[in-house]
Amino acid sequence: MHDDDLVFKALADPTRRFLLDQLFTRDGRTLTELESELEMTRFGVMKHLRVLEDAGLVVTQRSGREKLHFLNPVPIRLIHDRWIDKFTERRVSALTDLKRQLEDQSA
Amino acid sequence: MTSTAMLDTSSATSNTTQVYRIFIKATPQAIWDAITKPEWTQRFGYGLRDEYELRPGGKYRGHANQGMIEMGMGGVIVDGEVIEADPPHKLVMTWRMAIDPTLAAEGFTRLTYEIVEGRGGVSRLSIIHDLAGRPGHAAMVAGDQQGPGANGGWLWILSDLKSLLESGAQMTPASRLQPHE
Repeated sequence: MHDDDLVFKALADPTRRFLLDQLFTRDGRTLTELESELEMTRFGVMKHLRVLEDAGLVVTQRSGREKLHFLNPVPIRLIHDRWIDKFTERRVSALTDLKRQLEDQSA
Repeated sequence: MTSTAMLDTSSATSNTTQVYRIFIKATPQAIWDAITKPEWTQRFGYGLRDEYELRPGGKYRGHANQGMIEMGMGGVIVDGEVIEADPPHKLVMTWRMAIDPTLAAEGFTRLTYEIVEGRGGVSRLSIIHDLAGRPGHAAMVAGDQQGPGANGGWLWILSDLKSLLESGAQMTPASRLQPHE
């Protein structure tokens, strides 16, 4: 089963977070496209994608001869649902908004 | 920090295909019924009363629920046509937000449900929603119009479906929800 441990483990690596950010910006990319964004061997990128797939954060779909990688936001949403209940959500988002505003100003 | 952007996945605005996958402790048949039978579809997500003719070319209509009718929004909310129905594993269909003139004018999107039985009574439900050239629909099903962290879109619908099938309870009573404008 897709336990939260797999999700946290997958997220605990900057390369994997970078790959998710790439898919967030534009979904449905091939390995070759993702590889071109990283200073890493094809094998290394494949290994990272595999960890993301095992955690359910990336889902692949075949399109003709290509294998496309899609960001699956569901596991993060489930963690969110479990730990941030709807009564605290407003306060949490107010704080994250504040953080973003203050950091944008200082940038 | 990258993780901030990543947690904000609900605002992803892919105009092409969106893929969502969730594992639910339920049989494929239970998931199939929840998606296709009106007595179930009214119990999660937006709580539409869905009506399917489960054959190629058959009609799909998502009717307003009681709460929507009371707010003055009746009739068909979502419509489409069944392309392929292979119970309880695969449903391919067209899908369009019929209630909103702007979205309706975008035309139909293509929606695929795939259900695969796994180990230990857990099944895998995948949603593949082809939204190429339908930016309004893409924003809506990504939950964009609901503000950060708020309800809406496939993420929320699937999370609610999981709660319903696993615990028999849903997160938010459908009657309290506003439909998308």
